Amino acid sequence: MKRQIKICHLYPEILNLYGDRGNVIALYRRCLWHGLAVHIQPVTVGEAVDFLDTDLVFIGGGQDREQAAIYRDLVEVKGPYLLAAAEQGMAILAVCGGFQLLGKYYRTQHGEIMKGVGLFDAWTEAGRGRLIGDVVLETDLWEEEPRTIVGFENHSGRTFLGEGVKQPLGRVLQGFGNDGASKMEGAVSGNAIGTYLHGSLLPKNPRLADYLIRCGLERRYGPEGSYLTTLNDELEYRAHQAAAQRAVARRC
Amino acid sequence: MLLKGAVRVRFWLALWLGKFLALACRILRKRGSTFPGRIMLRVAPNWLQGVASGPACGNVIVSGTNGKTTTASMMADIMRQAGLRVVHNQSGANLLSGLVTAFAAQLNLLGRMRADIGLLEVDEATVPKAAAELQPRALVVTNFFRDQLDRFGELEHVVACVRRGLPHISSLGRVVLNADDPWVASLGSDSPAQPLYYGIEADTLATMERHAADAKHCLQCGHPYTYRRLYYAHLGDYLCPSCGHGRPKPQVALKAMQRLDGQRQQLVIATPGGEIAFTLGIPGVYNIYNALAAIAGCLALGIDLTTIRDGLESFASCFGRMEEIMIEEKRLVLALVKNPVGFDEVIRTILASRQDGEEQGVLFAVNDLYADGEDISWLWDVDLEMLTPHQELLKGIFSTGLRREDMALRLKYAGFQPERIAVVDEFSAALGQALQVVPSGGTLYILPTYTAMLQIREILFRQGHVSQWQV
Repeated sequence: MKRQIKICHLYPEILNLYGDRGNVIALYRRCLWHGLAVHIQPVTVGEAVDFLDTDLVFIGGGQDREQAAIYRDLVEVKGPYLLAAAEQGMAILAVCGGFQLLGKYYRTQHGEIMKGVGLFDAWTEAGRGRLIGDVVLETDLWEEEPRTIVGFENHSGRTFLGEGVKQPLGRVLQGFGNDGASKMEGAVSGNAIGTYLHGSLLPKNPRLADYLIRCGLERRYGPEGSYLTTLNDELEYRAHQAAAQRAVARRC
Repeated sequence: MLLKGAVRVRFWLALWLGKFLALACRILRKRGSTFPGRIMLRVAPNWLQGVASGPACGNVIVSGTNGKTTTASMMADIMRQAGLRVVHNQSGANLLSGLVTAFAAQLNLLGRMRADIGLLEVDEATVPKAAAELQPRALVVTNFFRDQLDRFGELEHVVACVRRGLPHISSLGRVVLNADDPWVASLGSDSPAQPLYYGIEADTLATMERHAADAKHCLQCGHPYTYRRLYYAHLGDYLCPSCGHGRPKPQVALKAMQRLDGQRQQLVIATPGGEIAFTLGIPGVYNIYNALAAIAGCLALGIDLTTIRDGLESFASCFGRMEEIMIEEKRLVLALVKNPVGFDEVIRTILASRQDGEEQGVLFAVNDLYADGEDISWLWDVDLEMLTPHQELLKGIFSTGLRREDMALRLKYAGFQPERIAVVDEFSAALGQALQVVPSGGTLYILPTYTAMLQIREILFRQGHVSQWQV
């Protein structure tokens, strides 16, 4: 029997900024190459989902008006189910706006507090000026080289991590990161990962993609069922290297 | 030119310096479509203001995300058909420096303007400043798509930029707007000048695909629009079922289209002055929109329908936009790609214009310089999957440019076999290899981002295959 994995893509037609689709394409293709049966379920505003049979969730970012369109549905309707499933080991990747929305709150420029899902012990404050550019991180999520993660960030919110977040996604080697000062980027809570990196994140960071797939498989089959095959990632790493080199070249 | 004191000295200094630098660029065979202007603006920051009243027939601005260059080129052909001499930044250098360079080229050393009309394609973010200085008679807006978010920010910001240009249009002038794009049409209500709307009213062109949509929700009340017809991206006949906000009736409207072959399409267009029918020499629905914008733009300037039709019939293609070049019986097509919607339309057009048995190759050239957008994540929003079923038919697939690996990776994840994709470092090597695998009678499609297009055209120019544009 083929092992299977069920991936839920939240609000794909609304939160689809900066090639967010690329992350889902990468998960889909890699699952197939790993010999898994993969189901992608797009879920939008007003559609019921309890995540009981979901192994991995992806949520991307949107422009302000788009995020406003999904805000209530995510925080009030889907949020509690998402929290419960995350506690039981469901893997999550939340990028940019999705990352902010899964935090505790967002404080707007006018001081208004917008409550978040509260999955990450993190909060975001509107900032002056956007943090835009290439990013290179070093992560502790795995031990094999390369431990770098490459991407591109573009955000005005500054995100701060609380005690409840045990580790960021990585330390910033190039770029701004969560708040432009702490040299930390993203957040990891259990099997949930939040980050500002798009560009697209997973295709050029195959190890991160496989990390998430493994977490998803573990939820369904336990640790002994989460093994993956070795893929030929030569082109992925060439693109990874090229992005890292561009990041350095552009800073000079 | 009523300029005083130091401003006047600076104006002349800038003009002569600009003329000299343009000459130097020509002698050194450099492009020079922005460089003289950059220096001139340093000497005289408001230089444009001093020449705005030069062309006797006034100025026109063309802006929007996609189609600026093609629309402006069509308008230039029509204007020349009408016997007008045109100031035109034809190479697509659409920041202030490009406009200044174009104007300087049409002035002699004594400041006499040789042209009758100014036709300027203007970058969206530059519209407020350009409109304030040029005081245009007409503003033509093509469409608003998501484009280079690292540079422009969110779509609403881009629309707001163009909106800030509206007060500078003479109230006797016109704003020429795409009725089928909710964002563009929304400019009509804020304009002191009367709007002239254009759009498509042909059922045969409608699709039901929705992918890279930007304006799905009503701009007035936030409810999702319903589309009676959808042509591509978010362009179509929309209506908000909640508040009733909908598409204005286009006064210049495509009524029928018939594809004649891979390139040409026969169009029937209704206008306030009657119907015209003509053959457009370039393919694609997006080029129909460009033609509609050009027709409406020229009508707004008072050019008659016969002249418009004759000008468009002779239009071939322009500067890297589905530009055809013959090299030893091989057809080379340069098709600029700069954002997901435009890229998708280029792919659709390539697939639709494929002739039976025609041998094809594709060369992707993706750069990530400032003018291309430094963030290349948009490649993942392009529907490259449309090409995947045809990969066996392609003679060769090449990827070059600063982000050649990213493009190759995108193709791999679209389902291309990685071993079929050749990643080549140098532009000239990539071009050479790609031309080698395409046999005589075949077609090589080159899909470059903006700066990659300039580099490739430069190589083709040095090899004598294309002429350089006039500066």
